[in-house]
Amino acid sequence: MTTIAKFEVKYQQYLDADGKLKNKKAPAIAKDFDKLKELYRGMALIRQLDTKAYALQRTGKMGTYPAATGQEAIGVGFGAAMKDEDVLVPYYRGQASMVMHGVRMEEVLLYWGGDERGSDFQNEKARQDFPIAVPIATQSLHAAGVAKAMQMRGEKRVVFTEIGEGGTSQGDFYEALNVAGIWNLPVVFIINNNQWAISVPSEIQTACETYAQKAIAAGIDCVQVDGNDMLAVYQASLDAAEKARNGGGPTVIECISLRLCDHTTADDASRYRPDGELEEGWKKEPMVRLRKYLEANKQWSQEEEDAMQAEIVAEVQQSVDNYLNTPVDTPESMFDYLYAELPERTLAQRELAIARGAK
Amino acid sequence: MAAITLIEAVNLAMAHEMEKDKDIVVFGEDVGVNGGVFRATDGLQAKFGAERVIDTPLAEAMIAGVAIGMAAQGMKPIAEIQFMGFIFPAADHIISHCARMRNRTRGRLTLPMVIRAPYGGGIHAPENHSESTEAIFAHIPGLKVVIPSNPSRAYGLMLAAMRDPDPVIFLEPKRVYRIEKHEIEDNGEEYPLGMCFVDREGTDITLISWGAMMHETKQAAEKLAQEGISAEVIDVATVSPLDIDTILESVQKTGRACIVQEAPKAGAVGSDIAAEIAEKAIMHLLAPIGRVSGYDTMMPYYRLEKQYMPKVEHIVEEAKRIVEYR
Repeated sequence: MTTIAKFEVKYQQYLDADGKLKNKKAPAIAKDFDKLKELYRGMALIRQLDTKAYALQRTGKMGTYPAATGQEAIGVGFGAAMKDEDVLVPYYRGQASMVMHGVRMEEVLLYWGGDERGSDFQNEKARQDFPIAVPIATQSLHAAGVAKAMQMRGEKRVVFTEIGEGGTSQGDFYEALNVAGIWNLPVVFIINNNQWAISVPSEIQTACETYAQKAIAAGIDCVQVDGNDMLAVYQASLDAAEKARNGGGPTVIECISLRLCDHTTADDASRYRPDGELEEGWKKEPMVRLRKYLEANKQWSQEEEDAMQAEIVAEVQQSVDNYLNTPVDTPESMFDYLYAELPERTLAQRELAIARGAK
Repeated sequence: MAAITLIEAVNLAMAHEMEKDKDIVVFGEDVGVNGGVFRATDGLQAKFGAERVIDTPLAEAMIAGVAIGMAAQGMKPIAEIQFMGFIFPAADHIISHCARMRNRTRGRLTLPMVIRAPYGGGIHAPENHSESTEAIFAHIPGLKVVIPSNPSRAYGLMLAAMRDPDPVIFLEPKRVYRIEKHEIEDNGEEYPLGMCFVDREGTDITLISWGAMMHETKQAAEKLAQEGISAEVIDVATVSPLDIDTILESVQKTGRACIVQEAPKAGAVGSDIAAEIAEKAIMHLLAPIGRVSGYDTMMPYYRLEKQYMPKVEHIVEEAKRIVEYR
């Protein structure tokens, strides 16, 4: 027998868990401290948003919510690599990239607070972004479709879509990679490998050594990065976007992190998480290492940290207030966006809903 | 002006609209060089290029999912599912996303797209090729489900489907793809969606049907006329959203209703029509509502296919029973 094809999967990490650069060949972002501070702030903002969202759920002011604690570098990193005109097709735990691409935090809260208006993104940057996809992996195909439209129109725009590592077991994910490869679509698939699909770990999810290598069967490029290393996530995203924008086609980026919280507010991870995993995980989480790196470069101080924290607490609180002060939508809103024009047959039901609602 | 079949009318409508609207893209399995397994897209790739008439990989969920992405960017995809029996991998996209997008984004993202699929029995096809499952999609708010019964309606309704701002499931009764020809002028005139057609006026009973079964229903009306029974015939055409007013108006006039469908009887479009008549016109009825339908069984393999399908004589028999009811 002869070998007719060989494949390899590269791994990238710049910042180790102690916030030290692993080698001298760091990308330009390693010296762009203004950008790094912006990314650090992005992570802090999402962590605060998740904390408040949890509190809202626990006090009965919001429904089920999926926090992203410990994996903030992924969504913040690739979200920051997107241009305004790019399109985001998020997964359900996608608040970090969504907020980075202009979705308002109060909209995230409205969505999980059971209000459709949470997906009517008001920021111009996010107007074409997809709402959260709850059925797992369907978003990968929507992203391919958006990318196909951009390609057909000759636009220099890119689609980013995120998926959990568990989601990559779905047929839709494979179908999306396959078609993105064939059509050379401008789309970046981010695999957020937080090592848990609710209670199911990787060894039950796949026989692959990496999730990134699923791209190989579709004939598209892939890379695995340390998803807790902001430099690696941001740089890989930037490179993939640049390649896609210039006709180079799709990329799969697997970002390895660890979910340091429950799956959602409705979950109790202590039922399945091995002892000691959380303690070890907190030593490798993304915020501390970026802060250490900034401090080691004399770019960050306790005063700056305190000032930033005060600012984001106020910012998140304002979003919470806006969410809580949004009155429940009218009963007729159930009908008003069903079709461009409500069918004759349904008009009477709309009237009925209004009459019942008035009582 | 030429006399063309139902499938040629679908083709003509697509070609007409693609000429006018550059955002329309046709894609699916074998739709390009091959022109579709039934030839619905015959010649379109030669005319509009492989950029707009795209052969996709063999994956139905992908076809529907990609259509959603493209439509969200303002394109107008016409996705072909080769047989309706293969639509179910795509159903997650159609039901969980396509139908819901306008509502869940409060009108921010809308999906002007058409999903075409040949459906129904009667062509001696293999397993999973012959079912009539229109009720599954008719049940879903946010979708429109349209079924043409003849070439003229296929042309006019397909034009309307492509111009509609919301997703349309366009089901083509493949048994009657080539059963008759109509003279059709390619003038771009559409038939409105959500409207029944009264194909024959009558005074004694209303026969209500759609798709391929319209042919048996019209023949039944003819036979009934020979026996002195005047049947009004309604082609529902858009099974969702239903134009119930036209049906009620007719039933109020005739006092009798018989619904004819190829699909199984239970939980079907015909059940919904019967319930609406019972709710809104029962005091006008001179006899209980009747239904002629497929059985509540699997669609059999083709050796028993004829045994499953409702026939002209079944409709005549049921109509007479209703008319003679005392």
